[in-house]
Amino acid sequence: MVDEGLKIELGKQGVFVTTIEELYNWGRRSSIWPMQFGLACCAIEMIATTMARYDIARFGAEVFRPSPRQADMMIISGTVTKRMAPQVVRLYNQMAEPKYVIAMGACAISGGPFKQGYNVLKGIDRYIPVDVHIPGCPPRPEALLQAFMTLQKKIDGQHLTGEGRPRHLDAEAQGEFPVPVPGEHDLEPASNPGVWTAPVVIR
Amino acid sequence: MTATHKLVAFESDKTRPDDWNRPQVIEPDGDAELLEVAMGPHHPSTHGVFRMDVALDGERVIRLKPVFGYLHRNHEKIAEGISYLGSMPFTDRLDYVCPLTNNWAYALAVEKLTGQAVPERAEYLRVILGELTRVQNHASSIGFLIQEMGASGTPLMYAFREREKILDLFEELTGARMMCNYMRFGGCRVDATAGWLAATRKVVEGLPGFTEEIERLLCSNEILMARTQGVGILRPDLAVNAGVTGPMLRASGVNYDIRKVDGYGVYNRFNFRVPLGDHWDVYDRFMIRLLEMRESIKILEQALKDIPAGPVMDSKAKIRGFRPKPGEAYGRIESPKGELGFYLISDGGPNPYRYRVRPPSLMNLTVLEDMAIGQNVADVVLIFGSVDIVLGEVDR
Amino acid sequence: MMTVEEIKAAIEAALPDAGVEIVCNPSVSGQHSLRLAPAQAVAVAKFLRDDLLFDYLSNVTGVDWPDKEVAEKVRVTRPVTKTVDGVETTVEETVEETRKRVAPGCLEAVYHLYSVAQKQGPVVFRLKTVNRTDQVELPSLTPIWRSAEFQEREIFDLFGIVFTGHPDLRRLLMWDGFKDHPMRRDYVEPDDFEYEPTAHDQVLARALAHQAASRTAQEAAAPALGAGQEGTGASQ
Repeated sequence: MVDEGLKIELGKQGVFVTTIEELYNWGRRSSIWPMQFGLACCAIEMIATTMARYDIARFGAEVFRPSPRQADMMIISGTVTKRMAPQVVRLYNQMAEPKYVIAMGACAISGGPFKQGYNVLKGIDRYIPVDVHIPGCPPRPEALLQAFMTLQKKIDGQHLTGEGRPRHLDAEAQGEFPVPVPGEHDLEPASNPGVWTAPVVIR
Repeated sequence: MTATHKLVAFESDKTRPDDWNRPQVIEPDGDAELLEVAMGPHHPSTHGVFRMDVALDGERVIRLKPVFGYLHRNHEKIAEGISYLGSMPFTDRLDYVCPLTNNWAYALAVEKLTGQAVPERAEYLRVILGELTRVQNHASSIGFLIQEMGASGTPLMYAFREREKILDLFEELTGARMMCNYMRFGGCRVDATAGWLAATRKVVEGLPGFTEEIERLLCSNEILMARTQGVGILRPDLAVNAGVTGPMLRASGVNYDIRKVDGYGVYNRFNFRVPLGDHWDVYDRFMIRLLEMRESIKILEQALKDIPAGPVMDSKAKIRGFRPKPGEAYGRIESPKGELGFYLISDGGPNPYRYRVRPPSLMNLTVLEDMAIGQNVADVVLIFGSVDIVLGEVDR
Repeated sequence: MMTVEEIKAAIEAALPDAGVEIVCNPSVSGQHSLRLAPAQAVAVAKFLRDDLLFDYLSNVTGVDWPDKEVAEKVRVTRPVTKTVDGVETTVEETVEETRKRVAPGCLEAVYHLYSVAQKQGPVVFRLKTVNRTDQVELPSLTPIWRSAEFQEREIFDLFGIVFTGHPDLRRLLMWDGFKDHPMRRDYVEPDDFEYEPTAHDQVLARALAHQAASRTAQEAAAPALGAGQEGTGASQ
């Protein structure tokens, strides 16, 4: 590891010092390609974010890929219904590592205003791991940009070795997530225990 | 568009065969096996989570079955468990591109149920907001249609530039860009300031320039004409029979605009025309939206000129915790997508006993198969785009 | 604009055994409706479309009316034994008694009709099933008005009314293997309220009920499991 002060000093002399990790993460965080995948109301705000006024291109993320195979990030933009949840998990499984998930809006986080609905999944993190949650109904485009920056920070902080390394560098890590099956009354299973456990409510 | 359309819709149906309103059945050429394609629920052209099961013979569509429910979030069931006012924010999320017209339709239905009056100024504000909503909906719908044709970016960016201006007005007045939750039974939630009205006038002054720009950019574009003219023809008799409403119906040449027919609110005070289509195809639907934007601008100019002073809420109106007399009411408005209706049954309690949304987007999809049969699979995307649906309303 | 009485008279003139009744709507909206007999519904609908030119069926809705316990007060006369001045006499006395009976429920389909040709409406008519369990068939009006196609499928899906004669009667919104009819008032939602951070009112009650249920289920299944794991997937 190079000392931060020394690095700046060397930089002034025209010598650029970096580590593989930093370079690798810099490359990854500067061109996150989202999947073109809109679920509900939040998708309209997601589209607004890509337009001229908010201009997501500043983050290297304007290339919305319709195919999950070419995408790095999935923005769960809206209510995930029980009917849609298997497809969302399947799309996530089809994405190549490294892959990230932003849960955009109250519905994707917890079911939001539609939480009491019989066909509404109470949060997508029951089935797939989520990296950034954005509250709001719908979140403003600025909030989505903030989520991008948060995700970039997260990528920057990832070490390539050791505990907490990204999943694609961990041979043991789970790559595929089980796809729930629509049953007679509900999805089966109702959540993936490997990803999500119900937090204990303290009252 | 001239008014030479034939009134096929109104001929008596007695002489027709019984199955005239069913989709045409066509046979594949040769005995090649049909290719079954599930377009969606994740597909870049489906405006969300919609699925079409298409059977193809080569490029030709033989069968098309829409599959719904991927965004069915139980709006009606939830609304039956909460108070009348509690459903108002949920209506925003029905057709999430135009929340204010949804508010209006719901407020209108409850006002019919309870017999509440609406002050003049509130009616004018509703018209102004409704027409602004129509402009931004038609603009973005044209943008999406052209994007599906392959012009990814430019027209949609132009549309969203205008949409952002209108959303800023919504935000200033109601506090939210998209989910406005603005109208109340017997009026509107807050009054518009003089500054807001001045800002709206300024935006409305700029709108004719925008429609001109879109017209110059698109109307005579050769690729657009080649891809849309003669594609996805919808006969007017079928359109009426299948409950198609809004710009889709008028593009098929049927003169039916609920703003004119019912004259709800104060619409009968304004001078505007109803554009009608002649060729009943995708290009007509595109043009109708463009022309309707112009008519909306006309209404906006008149409403902004005439808006009276006064309260925006009826002083006797009860907003919360009221119990309407047992009974039922159906209220409908001309939303940018078509006829948006709310059907309410009250059993005398604080919640509606039955709460039903009549979604124009779902009804307009009834004829998707009829329009798509025999067309190329690439045109299905265009035909679907010209219907202009929002999934939140289709599945509720 | 034709009133319901005029429409009823016109239907009865054309189809004498139509069995049309007027259902009064006490609300200020004044939208009264007609109740049609299911057996004649298709013929009446055809008449409405072709002769009265109601060519546009706007809205089709299902309504669930569950079995209801009705308490009604009945005046009953019965002999009562009384002691007046030490002498027992039997007197006939009228008393008010509350009796309970179960009014059978039904499923209802409500149709809103407009006329594009004559620019009038709405005409509301309704059809009623015999009960809510086994006799839930109604005739489909999709052959008359195509706009009923998806709406009748939706009612079949959410309420469970079977429309005979519908060309493609499948579930519209829920998936095909789904067993319940969620818009019925006695529908029980799946128990997936494991976690509710800001619960209140009914949501809190449901969350607490869920936690209690999953705790007992878990204790029965694996008593050694940690207490912090409550409610993981134990809901099925």
